[in-house]
Amino acid sequence: MEEVDVEPTITFIPGVNSQQNHLGFVWGPGDILVYETSHKAAGKQPLGPSCQDVQVVRKDEDIYSPILRKLFNESHHIFVGLQNIRDDLPSKNKKPQFVSISKNYRSVIRACMEELQQIAVSTRDLALAAQYGNQVSILLAVELIWNLCEVLFIDAAPAGSLLLHLLDWVRLHKAEVDEKARDVLRCESPTRHQFFWDVVISFVLQGRMEEARSMLAKQAALQPAAQTMFKRMDNLLLKMPIYNPSSTQTLTEFEVKWRQWHEECDACLQDSSFASNPHLETICKILVGDDDTLLEHKELLSTWYHYVVTRLLYTHPTVKPIDLHYYAQMCMDRFLDSRSPPEPLDSILLAAFEFDLHQVIKDCSIALNNWWFVAHLTDLLDHCKLLQSHNLHFGSNLREFLLLEYASGLFTHHSLWQLAVDYFDHCQGFGRVYLELLIERVPLDTERKALKVLRICEKRQMNEQVRSICKIMAKRALRNNRLGSALSWSIRAKDAAFATLISERFLQDYCSRGTFSDLDLIDNLGPAMLLSDRLTFLGKYREFHRLYGEKRFTEAAKLLLSLMTAKIAPQSFWMTLLIDALPLLEQKEVIFSVDQTHELMFCLEELTSGKAQPNPDRPMQEEDLETTKIELLRLALARNLAMAIVKEGTVEV
Amino acid sequence: MFVARSIAADHRDLIHDVSYDFHGRRMATCSSDQSVKVWDKSDDGEWHCTASWKTHSGSVWRVTWAHPEFGQVLASCSFDRTAAVWEEIVGESNDKQRGLSHWIKRTTLVDSRTSVTDVKFAPKHMGLMLTTCSADGVVRIYEAPDVMNLSQWSLQHEISCKLSCSCISWNPSSSRAHPPMFAVGSDDNVTYTGKVQIFEYNENTRKYAKAETLMTVTDPVHDVSFAPNLGRSFHVLAIATKDVRIFKLVPLRRETTTTSGPTKFEVQVMAQFDNHNSQVWRVSWNITSTLLASSGDDGCVRLWKANYMDNWKCTGILRGDGTPVNGTSGQAGAANTTGPSGTLASQAAAGGAVSAGRPKAQLMPG
Repeated sequence: MEEVDVEPTITFIPGVNSQQNHLGFVWGPGDILVYETSHKAAGKQPLGPSCQDVQVVRKDEDIYSPILRKLFNESHHIFVGLQNIRDDLPSKNKKPQFVSISKNYRSVIRACMEELQQIAVSTRDLALAAQYGNQVSILLAVELIWNLCEVLFIDAAPAGSLLLHLLDWVRLHKAEVDEKARDVLRCESPTRHQFFWDVVISFVLQGRMEEARSMLAKQAALQPAAQTMFKRMDNLLLKMPIYNPSSTQTLTEFEVKWRQWHEECDACLQDSSFASNPHLETICKILVGDDDTLLEHKELLSTWYHYVVTRLLYTHPTVKPIDLHYYAQMCMDRFLDSRSPPEPLDSILLAAFEFDLHQVIKDCSIALNNWWFVAHLTDLLDHCKLLQSHNLHFGSNLREFLLLEYASGLFTHHSLWQLAVDYFDHCQGFGRVYLELLIERVPLDTERKALKVLRICEKRQMNEQVRSICKIMAKRALRNNRLGSALSWSIRAKDAAFATLISERFLQDYCSRGTFSDLDLIDNLGPAMLLSDRLTFLGKYREFHRLYGEKRFTEAAKLLLSLMTAKIAPQSFWMTLLIDALPLLEQKEVIFSVDQTHELMFCLEELTSGKAQPNPDRPMQEEDLETTKIELLRLALARNLAMAIVKEGTVEV
Repeated sequence: MFVARSIAADHRDLIHDVSYDFHGRRMATCSSDQSVKVWDKSDDGEWHCTASWKTHSGSVWRVTWAHPEFGQVLASCSFDRTAAVWEEIVGESNDKQRGLSHWIKRTTLVDSRTSVTDVKFAPKHMGLMLTTCSADGVVRIYEAPDVMNLSQWSLQHEISCKLSCSCISWNPSSSRAHPPMFAVGSDDNVTYTGKVQIFEYNENTRKYAKAETLMTVTDPVHDVSFAPNLGRSFHVLAIATKDVRIFKLVPLRRETTTTSGPTKFEVQVMAQFDNHNSQVWRVSWNITSTLLASSGDDGCVRLWKANYMDNWKCTGILRGDGTPVNGTSGQAGAANTTGPSGTLASQAAAGGAVSAGRPKAQLMPG
């Protein structure tokens, strides 16, 4: 694809004087902020009044249209289905699948178009109606191009069938004639309707012989004198051979039959069979493919591509794909006013007739303001292995480039970004990196949204993104003093340092209030407890309280002791633990054994020995309280030791 | 593109920098009026100023957000020779109701003897690190060793660039194959020498050492910007000087004997645009680096895009319409009328009848 020479679009920023000052900017998600500034040397004042507004500049993309959102949603399903078609099937078997996928895409476009059309008609806001109307006309063009690509590239019909498909294509996109026909038939005397002959000729131009005949029959009934002439025309229309790809007839046999019919039409012209009726004469001239007559009906043909198909129908019904471009170029030149350059749609269709896929994609990229169409069409063509055959080394590259652009655009939308994930998944080169860069920027407004983003990252083993999201959430929860949430996020982030910090906060809270918050979480830590020593202690300490609450004193005592002896508890917390042991020591029955009591005593000594010197900074009252605690503990330990010795020394009788 | 809305920033003097936070829901503005303002985006897309305070005793050149992993943290730098770190604290409930937030100064970094021209946080995988550069030609790297206590910052590295510094950019790559690296630009217009230097961290010496000087850039440089790495082996650096330049830095394979030395690079120019006619002041990449924006003396912002064959071209221009503004408030309503309905409607009008089936939208994608 050669360099695209298109002038950049200029967007004017109100209130900013670009001649005197500079425009500052910053990239945002889906927009750019711009502001007036001056980069001249420090201290100097800028010239003229300075604008104090920051302007939000956005791309005018269709993703913000609620109706087009359906297009994006539904085409996403089709896209995912297409990616799942197995590669190992022989391509011959896949063709019907590809054609049906192409039709699905088109039916989504049509559904969208119809909905937009309805809204455009019903809305009272003129500007809005015009906007919808504009979108409809873009979708119409998109569907027209897609359909032609489907016929030429995906279905790739051979000579014979090719023209049948092209006729279908023209009939589908030139549906005005049906409307006109309805009008004519609805009136009291259709034959006198001003558009009667327009409709008949339009039918003939589209090769709709049955419909043309039934219209003509109405006219014939009113002109008994001209019965034979009408009969003759009816016969010509009836006998026109139509190629049937499923019959046993060969293309050559068909061509012979068609030539005979063509000669018959020609003969009618020669012997002036229809000379008395100019309308029938015109029809006959069309049937023999008379170019001047066709061009006289530009109004009814309305487009050059209709003209191509009609001309082929009556001159070369067995046209080969490779010859199409010749007829297309010729017909376009003849049909269009040579003074006005062809419009984008004309060039795109012509490129398609020329089988120049890259030109089609390139021109569409330029002419349309979103990537939806080119991305999906190119992806489909790539699956059909059509891009590779053109140029081995950039086929899939082009596909990925367009898909990445489309998906990145979706990411700027607050809900459509979720669709983009699947597109990135199917871009082997840069899909993952793009997803990593974009998904970590999705605002984590709520826990629910954070979990949604997290699941997407976890499923793809994006460990760094998972860690980062959890860390952000943990930090935020801590800022807002939601300790439980902060702890569970930091466990998910496997952030040991942060988990330690939050565990400390939990323990501090417990020391000051005497109760734990977020019991559910702490009770169900499980193996997550091992993330940090302090968290392990928090979990175990809470377990002690639970055992105690359930009056499982022996187990509680054992656990409490082990927290100190195994050095799980920080020494700063030992006093609290020893005080917790007090009620156990003072139970009627002996809970701590002799050995356990000894160990508790060692713990107390270890704790107090280092603190022989009274801390001068501590107030006296606190010092006193501490001394009282120690004395209480010593007493309780001594009494328990005595009871334990007695108990253990007593032989049960 | 179109102006979707307008925010009355209401600074009393020139705005020097606007910075989005990581998720794009907040932004900060700074100005010659010595203040910083923080803005929050509501669900309907409106921006509300939630904090505004005096930050420095001189023009504030730049303001930047730390990664949200470190909380709500801003850094600013100023003509007053200092850089400062600010943290938002959760305020009292009545403040929240009034939509206000509290920012407190965590530290003032006073090591520079001249104007601090740029301030940037290092990539988050390096921890909470802040880099400043100043007109005295020194790059300073500070670290907050305890991310829970942002009042303690230690000066880890002081790197002399010997030229007045105007801008710095960290290479965002977190790949183990790439040691920490930053580019620093100089707006010195006296000496004839390379104005962009690349420094790289050396694991063995634990110091930053100069890896490369872009000798072809001899004019004053006003901004530098590394593109996201995208998992590639090479780095892409955009430079704002008398034109826009995009460089490709390809690390050369190290020889085993010189593992202690800094990486050497093969430097290639990927693109060069002189459309701004004269000085270019800012360059910046979008998130996936598919677009580069630049602003220059022509008073325009230009958007540059590469196609899939790596051919770069200008795809969009933002330009002031030149009309002076009478008063700064009450502009939002007027600007809103130039929204999408307006532009598309005129397109549709030019497009004629709907049934014609011809697309008239000639807008460039991207």
